[in-house]
Amino acid sequence: MPEEQSMTDTPTGEKAPDSGAISDFGIDTTSKSAGEALREYVAKVRGGDFGSLPALLGLLVLVIFFGTQSETFLTLGNISNLLAQGAGIVIIAMGLVFVLLLGEIDLSAGTASGVAASVMALHLVKDGNMLSAFGDGVFYITCGFMLIAAVLSALLRIWPGVVLPVIGLVILLLGVPPNAWIEMLLALCIGTSIGSLTGYLVAKVGIPSFVVTLALFLAWGGVTLKYIGQGGTLPIRNDKVLFNVANGNLDTTGSWVLFLLAAGGYTAVVLNRHFSRLRRGLVAQPTPLVLIKVGTVILLGAVATVLLTQNRAVNPNVIILGVPYVVPIVLVLLTVGTFVLDRTGYGRHIYAVGGNAEAARRAGINVPKIRMSVFVIASSVAALGAIVYSSKIGSVSPSSGAGNTLLFAVGAAVIGGTSLFGGKGRLRDAVIGGAVIAIIENGLGLLKQEAAVVSIVTGLVLLLAASVDALSRRRSAAS
Amino acid sequence: MSEPILELRGINKSFGPVHVLHDIDFTVRAGEVTALVGDNGAGKSTMVKSIAGIHPIDSGEVLFEGQPVTIHSPREAADYGIEVVYQDLALCENLDIVQNMFLGRERGKYGLLDEADMEQAARKTLASLSVRTVKSVRTPVASLSGGQRQTVAIAKSVLWDSKVVLLDEPTAALGVAQTRQVLDLVRRLAEQGLGVVLISHNMNDVFEVSDRIACLYLGRMAAQLPTKDVTHGQVVELITAGRSGDLGIARPESATI
Repeated sequence: MPEEQSMTDTPTGEKAPDSGAISDFGIDTTSKSAGEALREYVAKVRGGDFGSLPALLGLLVLVIFFGTQSETFLTLGNISNLLAQGAGIVIIAMGLVFVLLLGEIDLSAGTASGVAASVMALHLVKDGNMLSAFGDGVFYITCGFMLIAAVLSALLRIWPGVVLPVIGLVILLLGVPPNAWIEMLLALCIGTSIGSLTGYLVAKVGIPSFVVTLALFLAWGGVTLKYIGQGGTLPIRNDKVLFNVANGNLDTTGSWVLFLLAAGGYTAVVLNRHFSRLRRGLVAQPTPLVLIKVGTVILLGAVATVLLTQNRAVNPNVIILGVPYVVPIVLVLLTVGTFVLDRTGYGRHIYAVGGNAEAARRAGINVPKIRMSVFVIASSVAALGAIVYSSKIGSVSPSSGAGNTLLFAVGAAVIGGTSLFGGKGRLRDAVIGGAVIAIIENGLGLLKQEAAVVSIVTGLVLLLAASVDALSRRRSAAS
Repeated sequence: MSEPILELRGINKSFGPVHVLHDIDFTVRAGEVTALVGDNGAGKSTMVKSIAGIHPIDSGEVLFEGQPVTIHSPREAADYGIEVVYQDLALCENLDIVQNMFLGRERGKYGLLDEADMEQAARKTLASLSVRTVKSVRTPVASLSGGQRQTVAIAKSVLWDSKVVLLDEPTAALGVAQTRQVLDLVRRLAEQGLGVVLISHNMNDVFEVSDRIACLYLGRMAAQLPTKDVTHGQVVELITAGRSGDLGIARPESATI
């Protein structure tokens, strides 16, 4: 990597263009021209730090390929369907990014989400009487498990991991009558409880996460089966709220309000940060690049909103329009998660532990606590994903969350550019990677390919992504 | 000559039956570089870890700025202003320079990070050490050279108004030019009034930057002398035999257990 070497090692060869603020700090530059920034980016990519670039290119290739091969692929109806299909996987993948950032893995997120979905559906179908839904033994074991989960979280002082299982326990014990919001909360509580157990086993007992979550992957699959019963299917499409999570749309006004909030908020945050950094003489991106970035986001958002507020029903007698609810759901999770990872001390510590656990420990970071907390987050977020995918299907069965769910979610995170070796990755990777997977599945389905082909292609894409990850790692290690 | 900032008196330390440190007396003065030399297994690392609070001492007294103190953990050592830069540096490669320098002690309110404040403080510290080799304080550590990483690790240790900095073989893995940079930096730390302890095997480095040389031999302090009063050869003899002429331990053979 000659470019990179010369860039970091030149003693005083390059002149600082204008930063007169701290003159004796050698060649440190705070503001770069757009050209410099681009050259630096190219050098970064050549140095092996690809980020989400391969996934974005892949996305482009896939869209062009399916767009030319299938007439229905680029129709509005299919695009909105694609969003709802992919949302569940994307959400689970966002939770998994936290775990992958530590270089750990959570194989049980899929079946754990199935447990959350089944409890949610049972609560609805059995009118909130979980004692009769489960039977005595299973009911008390479940309650005991949630209590233990709360205690384990309390041991490491992860307070959300205490509060949510206790709330879930109260809902179970009181037999709160069915209500869509209560059910969703209950699913989240179950997810948190599961995460506390996984996290404690990995962080404090010290079992490798691969083994813990492999064992729990099997166990939770069994628990879902036990809860629902062989061959059972619990319909949730009769509940308006639960069904609309993945199948409903904002109305036209709502869609534009969403656009204004999202694009306006993004613009305000980015520009405010950029100009305050410039004012204070801190390292900042060149202004034209920032403006282009903001402009692109606004433009894409506006185009998407215009398209999604068109009538997309195939049947002329009905009108379907508006941005699907899953879009704001994913956007909110993405924003909150990105904020936590980038702007809080907790997020910084996650990256630190993923990059060098020993350095983090010496810096006084409570490594076991961080390690346990990411599993709590992953399982909790997986439960949210379960709500979305169950809503999309309209029912919950013993196979919910089993099969490909987890593998697709891990695949989404990795394809998007999250490193399996820890320390590198962002939440938007999960969204980009999830889009790749959803498009492959949807596009091949439209081309009337059988399930076998879908699995093979998805597997190969994942393999490709993992190779890119490994190669980029080797490359940056060599530089 | 300045007042001692850190003083060890009669320190003993055993690991089970192995008596590692025997009645160590050791003085660190503000504004001076004290080189700590000794062969492998002489007890240099144990001594540093005892000062840093990683290993509790068995007996003896530690005086910090003239007051007797007991240090139980690295945290407490840091609170007094004693920082250790270990050989393996302990930097997170995926984080940038600012993030590494503030790791575990991030600034900000309610768990939110104040990046602007941290970046300015980091830049100020690097500027005060006249570090000129880093392109930007937002460069990830992964793309820095060995010498630059050492610089970051040292800068990290002085960010906290520290008074004593212990450097464990900072030049061991560096090339010629990078060693130069780090030694200059070590000198500057002392000029800023810090007490610097430099552990090194390299006699050239030791003679170039240190004001005093403390020589450990088999867990005993063989001698602690001003650098200008000793020669290369004498220090090597002190390291290998524990004595040199009338310097060092009286009869080193009896020192072994």
